[in-house]
This record gives sequence, C-alpha cells and structure tokens, in this order.
Amino acid sequence: MRIPLSWLAEYVDLPAGATPESVMAELVKVGLEEEGVHGFDVTGPLVVGQVLSFEAEPQSNGKTIRWCQVRVCAEGTTAADGGADVRGIVCGASNFEVGDKVVVCLPGAVLPGDFNIAARSTYGHISDGMMASARELNLSDDHAGIIRLQAMGLDPKVGTDALELLHLDEQAAEVNVTPDRGYCFSVRGIARELSHATGADFRDPKSNAHIEHAEGFGLIVDDKAPIRDAICTQRVVLRVVKGIDPTKPTPPWMVARLKMAGMRSISLVVDITNYTMLELGQPTHAYDLDKFMGAMTIRRANLGETLKTLDGQERKLDPEDLVIADENGAVGLAGVMGGESTEVSASTVNVLIEAAHFEPISIARSARRHKLSSEASKRFERGVDPRMADNAAARVVQLLEVHAMGAADRLGADYRAEVVHKPIWLPAEFATELVGVVYGAEEITKILQQIGCVVAEVEGGFEVLAPTWRPDITHKTDLVEEIARIGGYHRIPSRLPIAPPGRGLSATQKRRRGVITALAGSGHTEVLTYPFLSTEANLWFSQTKSRPVVRLANPLQEDAAEMRTSMLPGLIDAAKRNFSRGLTDLAIFEEGSVFEPVSTIGKNPSLPVGNQMPSASELAAVKATVPAQPKHLSVLFAGNRVAAQIGVAAMPADFKDAIHAVRIAAHAVGVQITLRQASPAGFHPGRTAEVFVQSANGELSIGFAGELDPQLAQENNLPRRVAVAEISLDRLYAAAPAVVQATDIGTMPAATQDLSLVVDAALPAGELLAVIKTGAGELLEHIVLVDDYRGENVEQGKKSLTFALRFRASDRTLTQVEASEARDSAVVLANSKFGATLRA
Amino acid sequence: MSAENPITQTAIDSAVAAALASINAAADLAALKAARATSVGEQSQIAKLNALVKNLPNEFKASAGQLIGKARGELNAAFATREAELFVLAERAKLAAESVDVTSAAAPTRMGARHPLSLLQDQISDVFVGMGWEIAEGPEVESEWFNFDALNFDADHPARAMQDTFFVEPVESHLVLRTHTSPVQVRSMLERDIPIYVLCPGRVFRTDELDATHTPVFHQVEGLAIDKGLTMADLRGTLEHFARIMFGEGAQIRLRPSFFPFTEPSAELDVWHPGAKGGARWVEWGGCGMVNPNVLKAAGIDPEVYSGFAFGMGIERTLMFRNDVRDMHDMVESDVRFSEQFGVNL
Repeated sequence: MRIPLSWLAEYVDLPAGATPESVMAELVKVGLEEEGVHGFDVTGPLVVGQVLSFEAEPQSNGKTIRWCQVRVCAEGTTAADGGADVRGIVCGASNFEVGDKVVVCLPGAVLPGDFNIAARSTYGHISDGMMASARELNLSDDHAGIIRLQAMGLDPKVGTDALELLHLDEQAAEVNVTPDRGYCFSVRGIARELSHATGADFRDPKSNAHIEHAEGFGLIVDDKAPIRDAICTQRVVLRVVKGIDPTKPTPPWMVARLKMAGMRSISLVVDITNYTMLELGQPTHAYDLDKFMGAMTIRRANLGETLKTLDGQERKLDPEDLVIADENGAVGLAGVMGGESTEVSASTVNVLIEAAHFEPISIARSARRHKLSSEASKRFERGVDPRMADNAAARVVQLLEVHAMGAADRLGADYRAEVVHKPIWLPAEFATELVGVVYGAEEITKILQQIGCVVAEVEGGFEVLAPTWRPDITHKTDLVEEIARIGGYHRIPSRLPIAPPGRGLSATQKRRRGVITALAGSGHTEVLTYPFLSTEANLWFSQTKSRPVVRLANPLQEDAAEMRTSMLPGLIDAAKRNFSRGLTDLAIFEEGSVFEPVSTIGKNPSLPVGNQMPSASELAAVKATVPAQPKHLSVLFAGNRVAAQIGVAAMPADFKDAIHAVRIAAHAVGVQITLRQASPAGFHPGRTAEVFVQSANGELSIGFAGELDPQLAQENNLPRRVAVAEISLDRLYAAAPAVVQATDIGTMPAATQDLSLVVDAALPAGELLAVIKTGAGELLEHIVLVDDYRGENVEQGKKSLTFALRFRASDRTLTQVEASEARDSAVVLANSKFGATLRA
Repeated sequence: MSAENPITQTAIDSAVAAALASINAAADLAALKAARATSVGEQSQIAKLNALVKNLPNEFKASAGQLIGKARGELNAAFATREAELFVLAERAKLAAESVDVTSAAAPTRMGARHPLSLLQDQISDVFVGMGWEIAEGPEVESEWFNFDALNFDADHPARAMQDTFFVEPVESHLVLRTHTSPVQVRSMLERDIPIYVLCPGRVFRTDELDATHTPVFHQVEGLAIDKGLTMADLRGTLEHFARIMFGEGAQIRLRPSFFPFTEPSAELDVWHPGAKGGARWVEWGGCGMVNPNVLKAAGIDPEVYSGFAFGMGIERTLMFRNDVRDMHDMVESDVRFSEQFGVNL
C-alpha cells in the first residue's frame, strides 16, 4: 500500500518535517514492513507560462517544430530562474494555440530520469526551457501533446509555481501489508496504525460525507450456493447521482494522490470511486445508469453465462462466481471487476453507485479462477469493514456533486444482513502468560480500545468485541497479539528456557555426518544440486523406462519438471559447469533425497480440515500419500586423481576411485562392501560393480560404482572416462551395526606368505579371494591382491593372481609350517572350486 | 757400563705426537683407516719402539712396556674419538645429499571440502543439540495438509498464495514441494512427547527464478519448543543465545510485529551483526512467534495447557551476511572452488 503523505496528514497529525522514511519507520513498529518511497522526481523551477506566439517550422527530418514565444512571469519581472519574462522555446507538440497556459520547465529544472533542463541549441534556435507533457512530469502516460492547463480546469496566473499547482511535491510511503490486516489497504487504516505508533490523534475519514437515505432502486440478493454457509454479502448500498458534467476533469490534487498511490487517472467518475476506495478501504463501482436495465440482482453465475469485463476480456463464468446482474444478465464480476456493457463513458451523465461488502472466500476464489487480481479483489479477499458501505457510497456522491456537478438522487437501496459477532473472552492473565510482559487491566483496556475494540472488564478478565474492520480478530490469542504489538515488542524480556536432557543426534544423523565428513576428509568436495530433471535425464540411470515419478504441475522450466530418481544427472551437470570453467580434475559428491513413488501419483481424497487433529486413520491416509524419498549418495570423478608433479606422472581417475569412495562411506559407518561385476543403465558395461552389504535380512544391493557410459559422458561434453557411483544410504545404514563389537587385537608375531594361483582369466579376483579366505581359515588375518600376471609361463586364457597373506594366532607364535598348512588348505579349496593351480 | 735405554720418554712422546697428527689429519673414515696403519700399524714408530723392548736389559723391560702401553692407550682413545667425529660428519653429508626443495612439494592426494550450506546446517544443529534440543527431519515432497492446512493456512486464505508453491501433478494429489520446514514441526508435534524442543533444518522450495538473491531450492532451519509456560521471553532468550554463538558475543536480537498463519503473536527477527562487513548493523534474519493455537490443535496439543514458540531463518541468507557471500549463484552452481574455500569449517 502506497500512502501519499498529504492525504495521511488529513487523518493523523504528522510530526513537523515528516518524510516517507520517518513515517515508514513508525509504521514498522506496529507491524507494517517498509517497501519504499515514491515521488514525482520533479524539481523546479516549473512555472505556468502562456504561449504568446509561435511559428511552425517544417524540418528536413519530416517533423514540424514550433518556435514559440512564451511568457513565464508578469511583464517586466524576473522569472523563477532569474531570467527574462518571455522565452523562446522549441516545441515538438502541436496540440496548443496562442493564449494557452502551459507548464514551462525553466533551465535548472530536473525531470524524472535525471533529465536536466537547460537552454540549448536545437533546430537553429536557442530553446530556453521546455513545455512539458503529462508523461514528462510523471503525471500519467499521456505523451500525445503538452499539458494545456485549461483542459484540467485550471486558469492560474502566469508565473505561478507549477510544482505546487499540480501537487508534484506529493510523496508517498509504501508499506507491505500482511494478509491479516486488510484494513491497512486504505489511508484510513494506515492513519489509524500511525496513531498507534506515534500516539497522535486519529480522525476517522468515514465521517467525511453525510449519509443520506435513498430508496426505491430494485435490489435482490439471491445466493443459492453460499460458500461454507456464508451468504455472499452482508451489506449493499446503492446510490444514484444524476446530471453530472462529463467534461469535468479530475482535480490535480486527486490526480497527484492517485498517481502516488500507484493508480492511473482514468476519468473523473472512475477516479472518484478509486479515490474513495483508497481513502476508506471500501471498493465501490460506478455504472452508467442509462445502460443499467432494471433492478440489480446479486447472484451466483448461471451455467454457461459469460461476461465481458472492463479489461476487454470475454470470460466464461463459473456457477460459483458471484455476479452483479441487471435484467439482461451479468454486468460485473462482484468484488473483482465490472463489465463493459454498463461502463461509464465520456457521455455518461447519470451514475449508479454500488458499495457492497462481499464474502472474502467467494471473491478470492473468483479472482484466482479468472487470474484477475484487482485493487477491489485484493481488499475483499482480506476482509472489508462491513460497516463502511454507506460511508463510501456517500463519499462518492459527495465528490461527484462537488467535482462533476452532479445531483444526488433520492433513488437508491440499502440491503443489510450483518453477521453479529459474540464478544471474545480474554482472561486477565492470558496476555502476560503468553508474552512474558506484565500487562495490567488498565493497559489492556486502553490498547484494545485504541485499536477499536469495545472492552468490558468483568470478573477474571475482559469481554472484548472486535471492531468491524478487523475480521481477523476472532480468538483471545488475536487480542494478545494486538496487546503485544501496540505495547511494544521491545518490552519483551529475555529468558533462556531449559530443555530436558536431549539424546543428541540420532543414529542416522550421526551416520550421515560420518559419511560426509569421511568423504570430505579424503579429498572429495561436497556439492548441492537442484533435484529437478528432464524426463530424458531422469531415465539415464533408470533400470526401467516405466516407473512412477514425481512430476511438478508448475515447474520453472518444462524440461526440468521431474523430481530426480537418481542424483547422478545432477552431478554430471555440475561436472559440466566445472569443466566449462576450466576445472577438470574433479572429485565431487552429493548427499540428498531421490523421489521414488511406489505407484503412479493420482488424485488423493480431500484433506482433513486444519485446526483440529485428524483421526489416526485420516492421518495415516495423509502420510501414505507422501512418496518414498530415500537418501542417496552419489560421487563423480573426472580428470586426474593425482595431477602430474615432480617425479610422478599424472594418475587419471577411474572406476577404482568410485568404488573406493563407496568403501570410504561404508567404512565410515562400520560396514564392509562386496562387489560384483554389473552393467546397469548409464554405466560402462565392463567397468562397473554392483555394491552389496550384509544386512539383517541377508545380502543387500545398495547401488553401483564404476565408470559412466562413455557415450553418455561425451554427450555431456565430458571426457570418455568419468567415474561415478550412486548408493542408497538408507540401505547402507540398515547394514550398519548399532554398536561396533570389538575383536581382540592379536599381539603374537605374524607369519606372512605370498600365494600365486593360476585361474581362468575370466574368474573375478574377488571371488577367488573370498574362497582363499574361507580355505585358509581363522589363522588368516589379512589378505590383499598384489598382482595380476598374464603372459609368458602362464597358459593362454589364464591369469596368475598373487595375494599377500598375513597369518597370526592369538595365543602363540605361529610357525611357518602352520602358516603353510593354512595356505595349502586355501589352495585345495580354490582348486576344487575354480581349478586353481599353484603357479610353477 | 750398562747399555743405554732407547725407549725414552722423549722417543715415546715423539712417536705419539706423530701418530696423533696423522689421526687428527684424517678427513674422513677412509683416511682414518689409512692413518691407523701409519700411526699404530706395524710400520708405525710406536710399533718399532715396541719391537725393541724384547732386546732390552731386563731392568728396563717393565718401565718401557708401561710407557708403550700408555702411549698405545692414548692413541686408541684418540682414534675412537676421531672416528666418532668423522662418523657424524659422514652422516651429515649423506643427509645434505638427500635434501630437496620443500617449496616444490605438490599434493600427493586431493583436498576435499564440505558445502557451506550443508556445513552451516550441521553447525547450527550442534548449537541446539548442545542445549538439549533434538534434530527432526521430514520429507521434501510433502502433503499439503502438513505444509499448509495443519499450519493454519486456510485453503482460501490469501496467506496460502503468499508462498509460491511447486505443486505435484496432478494437483488433486494434494502434494507439494514443501515451502518451509514447518511441516516437520507438525510431524514432530504429532510424533513426540511433550516437552518438545526440536530443530528442523532442511531443503525447501519456492517458485522463484534464480538470481543474485533468490533460488527456487534453498535451505531453512526452524526451531520449535512446546512446553508448559513458554512465553515470548523464552523465544527471545533462545534467539539471543543462538545469535551470540553464530555472530559473536556482541550480537543482539530485535523483534518487529508481523504476521504468519502458524504463529501468534508473530514477529520479524533482526540480528545485530557486530562482525558485518562494512560495519556492525541490523540484518533481517528470519521470522518467529508463539505457535498459533490452531496449529497446536491440529497436532492434538491442548492450547489451554501448553504453549510454544517457533522460529525460522534461511541458511543461504545467514551464509550471505555471516560469511559475506554476495551472489546466490555461487551457492547453487556446484563450482568446486566455492566449497573449497571453506574447507570443513565455517
């Protein structure tokens, strides 16, 4: 809401020297947020001039300019800029005549956009000033010609200060109004709030116009489908003004105030209804009475009914829409926008004024349905004072009489169906108990009366009737908020509450930290990517084309409408960006959610209402609609693991990095992984492992680690060799021990042995290693693969794998003989399983 | 007349002096080995004197033997001393030969880093865990009931339109990307026993285009306390404690009246940031208030018995003014240089 300061000052005293900034600072104290300052951005000297003569001079560029002699002050006196009384001015416009009074910007004036006026050489003359259009002064968008003051109904003396004349010194403060405070969308509401902040007296503008009784205009309220049992309107007031002069312009002060309030001046009648709305917060509508046929009916729209609204749009109405209708059908979307058929025009002389209160929800739904948020709907949605309709109608009538020369008619109507509210019970101690500030009965009464409540102090508390303009106040807590706010938040003391002893982080939270810390500590950089993917990218790593996904109804970009089922596309995108910035050695990881609905997301039953606890079954049903969102970990490596350096060649990253990152994550939570050759979608078919862990329910696959499908890598402008892994952390954590059980650390001397076995080249080393472990028995403490040899002395199609083994007994020094026996058992088993033979 | 004794003190002294000279002249262990031959070996003066002893008259044999023995002892000691000295020198020379240009040291492994947004959430969590609070989490795709209805957002209230919400298709699924972490508060109230003191950090979504100060995906941390007798004073005390840990002992809290559907009274929260770049100043930090009784009712908590407070702030915003990050793009673009400058601590 933008509030012109001169307007505000009519209803609450402003301190001397008040600025938009100082007014906003006060309003912040009572809960309005400062948004900004508005002004015309015009500074003088600007004066009223009179065109004495002009010569039209056609130019080579096809334009015709006028070389004018303009009087800018009384003959023989000095002009506002210290210059001569008559000036030569070049003007491009041709909408004026000799004798017209115009606005002259003299040298030294500054117009919006830091446009400095100076005497300058143009079209062969020295132009000593400028005659301004309305747009050049920020008054309107009108740039068809210069301002002719008689068209604005003005005939001031030559030399008059035009800034003052046109109220170009008006300034406005803009504050943000929260949705609970609809009444602050008016000068009336803001003036009231400012009085709360500064303590200055508030003068209610509702008394500006005298309310006169009018009757006889047909008015039918017929709500056949009330929304949530609320009849569509509590109050409708109709008034008629006849014989207005349609040529009358809007007075400059009103134009300036409307402009500063953020509204365009349209025509005197429309300007007056807007002015009244801004002043009182009550939207009003003016119809051309001669186009309005018969009685007015307020009803829900008929099936198939249409309406052409004032913005020129033909709208299909919904049976829930509330409309204003005459005999011929809908003439307006109630509380949102009027219709073209009854619009006031340049020839309108008789006007029907409607000021009504409409139910917020009905208006909100219509505005949303038609994507038509108007100044009126914005106010009705937030709740308009149901007692303001007759004041607003009277104010419009008054302004039409004064400025449009109309005459108030006896014809009118007044419909009332006011909802009576019960007083709210406020226990005496409740505010103190909730805010922590001690409020006495006197202060509570004073504050609540100040905001407009009727307060009755009774045994143990107060009976409080909220003011009609505060439909948001329905509960004792709402009253406490008012008491705290007006009393001042600075009075709230500070006390640190003591929480009961906590349990620290949960097991899962600790595991998450362990995984992330271990990865960051071992050379991996954490990134966070958006979870929005294109359908195509979301399928890269999907093992099936037809799986349910979470899709957004209103994505920011159509090609990023799906929620990720894999985190790798996000990391690939991150890698691309780093590559494009010349960062080509990457080891990045992300921890986060993927979105895996069990079945296709469809319509769900309507939700339980808020403000009361749903039943256990309702709650379970709501929870069941939320798709599964397991936590995943993904890693990506590109470029070199170790960059080239003195004495060391660069070591390119490969599948081992991806697998090791998974090992690090698993190790961080006390889990061992096993690997199996695999070729899932999106990965290199020969350089990828499926990763398994042992859980309580047996072996569990947690994901894949290896290299990206080189084609996919290249399509993303990455090198062929990019190593990636993605695992389910939920599954990893499921395999993690709640408590790590220690084993004794043997201190007896160890015996080490090497073992070289020849096997089929196709046999995975991991499988052979597992068999050796089993065969060697419990004396084997440690085993590691140290070599894979193929070639001379090894049969074609075979390979020789060499393992380093470390044996140890817990209770004695192991002899080489014992170690060899254990090793030989391993060989026997490997031979029987895989035909492995000792390398000669 | 008896024969003269050739093994005089003078002769011995001369032999010892010659031997010591050659021992001490040895510059390295090899030279010392050579010096040993000339100073105490068979051809040495002392050996030659010793060879004379057996031909001496008996009366001289004992004293001559003594003199030679003493001299030999002296030379052996000198030899050992010199050998130790030369050994140390040789070791030093070996180390000198091994020296490298330490300023040329390259990184044999990569350097990792946390993302500051994830790290800041952890560090804030630690502050509250230290106060006995617990950390609660919930889903990012959430039912509208938890995200709105239970939080006192009426289906038709304009407050619901205040939040620019991503809806899941079909809209009748009543699923949204959570617009705040407040649904976690509702879940906590439904699932936990009172008193409840929980912190809810997490990722949230609004339909803002990415620019220098907005991102459609961002992070929040919200706090919720439900207990008997909690007031706005407890809220202020908690926020002050939190602010001092985040921004230093000089930090202060200022509350301004505001509106949120889920709290009443509600407040905007400013923090006095003593270490702000360009000088200490007030910074808008978040929103807070006393939990609205309608929210308590939706979670099955009797507002006549219990009260509670809640607060929330943006992690991105906090990082921006706490660590002087100027552009939101840096936080979302996954440029590794951004994370790397923070390491694993903020």
